[in-house]
Amino acid sequence: MPDLLSLSGVNTHIGQYHILQGVDFSVPRNSLTMLLGRNGAGKTTCLRTIMGLWRASAGSVKFEDADVTRMPTPDLARLGIAYVPENMGIFAGLTVRENLLLAARSGEPDARRLDWIFRLFPAMKKFWHTHAGNLSGGQKQMLAISRAVVEPRKLLLVDEPTKGLAPAIIGAMIEAFRELKRDATLLVVEQNFHFARSLGDAVAVMDSGRIVHTGSMGALAVDEALQQRLLGLSLEAHQ
Amino acid sequence: MKTDWIPLLLIPVIALAALPFISGSTWLTLTVAGLAMGMMIFVMASGLTLVFGLMDVMNFAHGAFITVGAYAAASVLLAMKADMQAPSLAANLAAIGPALLAAMALAAVLGWFFERVVIRPVYGDHLKQILVTMGGLIVVEQLIHVVWGPDIIPLPRPATITGAVLIGDAAIERYRILAVLVGLVVFVAMWLLLSRTRLGLLIRAGVENTEMVESLGYRIRRLFVGVFVAGSGLAGLGGVMWAMYQESINAAMGMQMMVVIFIVIIIGGLGSVGGCFVGALLVGLVANYIGYVAPKLALGSNILLMVLILLWRPRGLYPIGKA
Repeated sequence: MPDLLSLSGVNTHIGQYHILQGVDFSVPRNSLTMLLGRNGAGKTTCLRTIMGLWRASAGSVKFEDADVTRMPTPDLARLGIAYVPENMGIFAGLTVRENLLLAARSGEPDARRLDWIFRLFPAMKKFWHTHAGNLSGGQKQMLAISRAVVEPRKLLLVDEPTKGLAPAIIGAMIEAFRELKRDATLLVVEQNFHFARSLGDAVAVMDSGRIVHTGSMGALAVDEALQQRLLGLSLEAHQ
Repeated sequence: MKTDWIPLLLIPVIALAALPFISGSTWLTLTVAGLAMGMMIFVMASGLTLVFGLMDVMNFAHGAFITVGAYAAASVLLAMKADMQAPSLAANLAAIGPALLAAMALAAVLGWFFERVVIRPVYGDHLKQILVTMGGLIVVEQLIHVVWGPDIIPLPRPATITGAVLIGDAAIERYRILAVLVGLVVFVAMWLLLSRTRLGLLIRAGVENTEMVESLGYRIRRLFVGVFVAGSGLAGLGGVMWAMYQESINAAMGMQMMVVIFIVIIIGGLGSVGGCFVGALLVGLVANYIGYVAPKLALGSNILLMVLILLWRPRGLYPIGKA
């Protein structure tokens, strides 16, 4: 089965800075691919380039074998790509309901889909009429993810879903992502290695704007020396 | 997020605070005048605050839409002088209706032209936005001189809305009551649009985070053009209201209004329609009370009000949490 998403020689400049310097990797269908790397490696830029929020200056991005490198962001979303940014991007002045209503482009959210979301994140039902700005950090992240999946999507791009979350919430988030994996293909940027190891099927590691390693998450999870070399961390530090 | 009532309470607080310094009937006259002035400023400013909130555009050319609206309406009204002067509401409405439509349509078309030709090339660059929109405002002002001439044009009010009604000893101009009602209708219509419709939801979301709205699959540019054109049309309507209030028009009226409009949208919180409404009423009331109690301070009263509000709430009365 061909990959759902593939990047080939992607370069991205932001102002005078050359951030992505020839990124090559692909995301297999029906899998969760973890994009790892140190701070400043270019992971967020990579997701934003895929989503069309920053333009690639060279190279190509293919989604379902179609070249989408120059496609505007709204068209990419309509193809079935959802994006959850690092800052979650929730609309603080809108209620939970309004946030989800906006994300359901075809009209009112499907009732069965909503029930599924409420099972994943019961807080969304509890705070249905609460303004998103009044939610806790974990609840905001749940809302951001709920919004991304309120309609079926083919690919979810999620940037650091565990950033700033309490350990108890991260446990709930791991369970939610296990469920999400059954529904869509995911590409997740993550710094929390425990989270990445628990969920990832495939992994790509970035450094200085390039992909320096690709393979299975399982292989990386058992190879401490490789983790040390690629990520500059020991496994113990992330347990 | 609960509704923040404190800024709204400022309106009655300021009105009551002025009461000890002004006799009852004069206070009532000034209060209605202040509310009418505030409503007219709100109609002119509401589109600009949405444009700023949605696309971060500093549009000084907004004043041109006010002026062009006023001139378009004046042309229609002066051509229908007989209907205007007839002591019949139906005849007056027969003149005012087409005048308002002409004002809003011409201002909207000019707004569309400005968005496409002047503003689109300078998205994301505030300095260039200020320079080109200011330049655009000056060009429109000069074109008005060419088309309508440089003189001030008198614009008498329709016969049925001249004069005043007496409430006790207070004389309240009929036109000011009408201006308050029109302003309220515009505010309620905008509030219903923003809070009860999907389009309003999209606008509110866009004001907070345009990038995320695009990531959800909506073409924000189309939305922006629509809001820009509608805001320009409202500026045209505000221009007509202001022209009838002043009973004359001149090519510089839009530019003169821009200072107070910017004060209002800064006081309200950039991008906030509710804040713009409260800010406009506060500016209208304070200008009228200060103008009566301490005329020498009248010129600076709006600036003083803005400074005090920004000291209290540095991002305005109803700040928008922009991402």
